[in-house]
Amino acid sequence: MSQSTVKDLIASFTLKELFAGLGVTLKYLFKPKITIRYPEERTPLSPRFRGEHALRRYDNGQERCIACKLCEAVCPAQAIFIEIDPKSQGQQRKTKVYDIDNSKCIFCGFCQEACPVDAIVMSQNFEFYAETREGLLSDKARLLGNGDKWKSQLDANLAADAKYR
Amino acid sequence: MNDILRVVHELGGGLFGFVWPGVWTVVKIAILLGIVMFCVTYLTLAERKIIGWMQIRMGPNRVGPLGLLQPLADAVKLFFKETLIPSKSEKLVFILAPALTFIPALLGWAVIPFSPELVLADINVGVLYVLAISSMGAYGILMSGWASNARYSFLGSVRSASQMISYEVSMGFTIIPVVMLAGSLNLKEIVLSQTDLWNVVPLFPMFFIYFISVVAETNRAPFDLPEAESELVSGFNTEYSAMTFGMFFMGEYANMILVSTMGSILFLGGWLPPLPFLSFIPGIFWLALKTGFLLFVFLWIRATFPRYRYDQLMRLGWKVFLPFSLLWIFLTGAALHLLGKA
Repeated sequence: MSQSTVKDLIASFTLKELFAGLGVTLKYLFKPKITIRYPEERTPLSPRFRGEHALRRYDNGQERCIACKLCEAVCPAQAIFIEIDPKSQGQQRKTKVYDIDNSKCIFCGFCQEACPVDAIVMSQNFEFYAETREGLLSDKARLLGNGDKWKSQLDANLAADAKYR
Repeated sequence: MNDILRVVHELGGGLFGFVWPGVWTVVKIAILLGIVMFCVTYLTLAERKIIGWMQIRMGPNRVGPLGLLQPLADAVKLFFKETLIPSKSEKLVFILAPALTFIPALLGWAVIPFSPELVLADINVGVLYVLAISSMGAYGILMSGWASNARYSFLGSVRSASQMISYEVSMGFTIIPVVMLAGSLNLKEIVLSQTDLWNVVPLFPMFFIYFISVVAETNRAPFDLPEAESELVSGFNTEYSAMTFGMFFMGEYANMILVSTMGSILFLGGWLPPLPFLSFIPGIFWLALKTGFLLFVFLWIRATFPRYRYDQLMRLGWKVFLPFSLLWIFLTGAALHLLGKA
């Protein structure tokens, strides 16, 4: 028997490596845990986070959207449907219908990228579930409501991201 | 304590007359089973917690404070699920099998001494009884695999049978030196023989082989080949659901506690305190502490090691443990002869 065989035999009979492994797990037993207990604790979200959509307004309350339909055109999932308000011709063009089907949306953020007036943006809200199919369909009122609800946060996110765009 | 017992005996004797000793035994069995079942349920929580902590997670902490009601939630879930019986299965055997793995795990507790007085059946063949009962668990698993009439179940049960039989042998051989040192098969005598020196010191390697063998015997990781969820889906219990599955589950954990208690009785001095001046603490506490430590090692091992390969398992059992424990029996005999004790 060569010397290395004897060494191996001693190592295997004293369970050397097994004890080393047990030592590793024992060390981790006392380490601080990395679990984030979700509803109470949350991970930080990037300003670029792509959550539920929102339609923004100008500070004087006027809708930003000019019904150019660029978002509808760029949408890869064809989740956006826009109808122009015929009465708005002449002054600023406005939408009559602005629907987003959240069950189709893939949250790619192209609509936000395409928008020339920063009207459609994606908020940081990712907790919008629905128990019916209809609950996943957003109409213009809901989108504008989202924009009003999270206005300060949306403005802050756009400002934070402005220098990279 | 003795006064209370006397009052209980007088009251019981008055109420039940000559059947009182029988009733009293049933009461004792009920208390023991209650404690064992409580330990089983909380062992499942302890397992999830400890393995979670070792993986720097938190483990279950939602149900009740610190997740302490999690076992209850699990039990309720298992009770309310449907017991599915595959149409091609052998129905009677299929239903009997889980009971047959679970019951032996509880039967073994009859001879376990918790302290010099606290033992249900103080019989002289305690060690043999526990060995015999623990081997019976293999039947339940074999029957479940065969009765399920499914290939994964069958493979799992075949593996399980050969594994349990192989490790039964080396486990038996590791107990023989203990019996030689104590000169008795009575578990109480075995504990009392360790008053001066726990068996773990003179029989150190035997303790290790015993422990590894019982890990294999109870089908725990890293020897959980009969279950092997990555290759056999879930082995012998693939076709089981609800409480029939729950019985296998509880049987496994009850077995773990049983073999850990046996380990602390055979090698770690049972209810004896580690130092004589600590004897003011009741013996049952020391036994629980030692058993708890061995159970922790069970979980610790599961959190650490990957599963063994089947041929490695068989090689370890037959080519390493068996000759080594036989050698140690010879050495123990020789030492006892030279010391003039036998």
